[in-house]
Amino acid sequence: MSKIKVDCCGETCPIPLIETRKAIRKASFGDIIEVRGTHQASKKEIPMAVKALGLKLVDVKEEGGEWVITIQK
Amino acid sequence: MTEKLTIVVHSGDMDKIYSALIIANGALSMGMEASLFFTFWGLQRLQRGGLGKGPLSKMHMLGIGKSMIKQRMNKANVSSLERLMQDFKELGGKIIACEMTMEIMGIKKEDLREDLITEYGAVGTYIQEARKSTINLFI
Repeated sequence: MSKIKVDCCGETCPIPLIETRKAIRKASFGDIIEVRGTHQASKKEIPMAVKALGLKLVDVKEEGGEWVITIQK
Repeated sequence: MTEKLTIVVHSGDMDKIYSALIIANGALSMGMEASLFFTFWGLQRLQRGGLGKGPLSKMHMLGIGKSMIKQRMNKANVSSLERLMQDFKELGGKIIACEMTMEIMGIKKEDLREDLITEYGAVGTYIQEARKSTINLFI
């Protein structure tokens, strides 16, 4: 079980969503994916995608306009 | 059965190609399948070097409007159509090129981005994709 980090800071729609999906595809079952970004709509939409994909949303944090979403495959 | 999105990409306008690719990538990212059927002016965007060559659907103004929009897109860090296309392919998206358009416009396979095209087909191929789709758009 490994931890995969995805940095989408400064990226806009739809890149954070796409990069999250790419990371999920490459991850193995049980891996943790940590996505970091600044695009506000993505903070709301990545959890929607996680739910649609039937994965576990571990955590959503935000500090100073930068959010971190943690997902488990 | 996986949910699926199908889009008929009829327009070759730059802004509409963006819409099609953003929606299609969104669908793939959210766990759906996605197929893009490129026909008429849309197919011209699959010609070699043609992806970003389309005019704006409004306020093109002989290219002045387009370059203004492109500047603003750069400033907002909007990704290129090429990157969206590569992401679409990487996430398993399907590209279908319309054979009838190829005949009408005299476009040969070697004129097209064969690296992107999954299959060549006509209306029957599109219907087979669309009948299994939960979202179906015409752009």
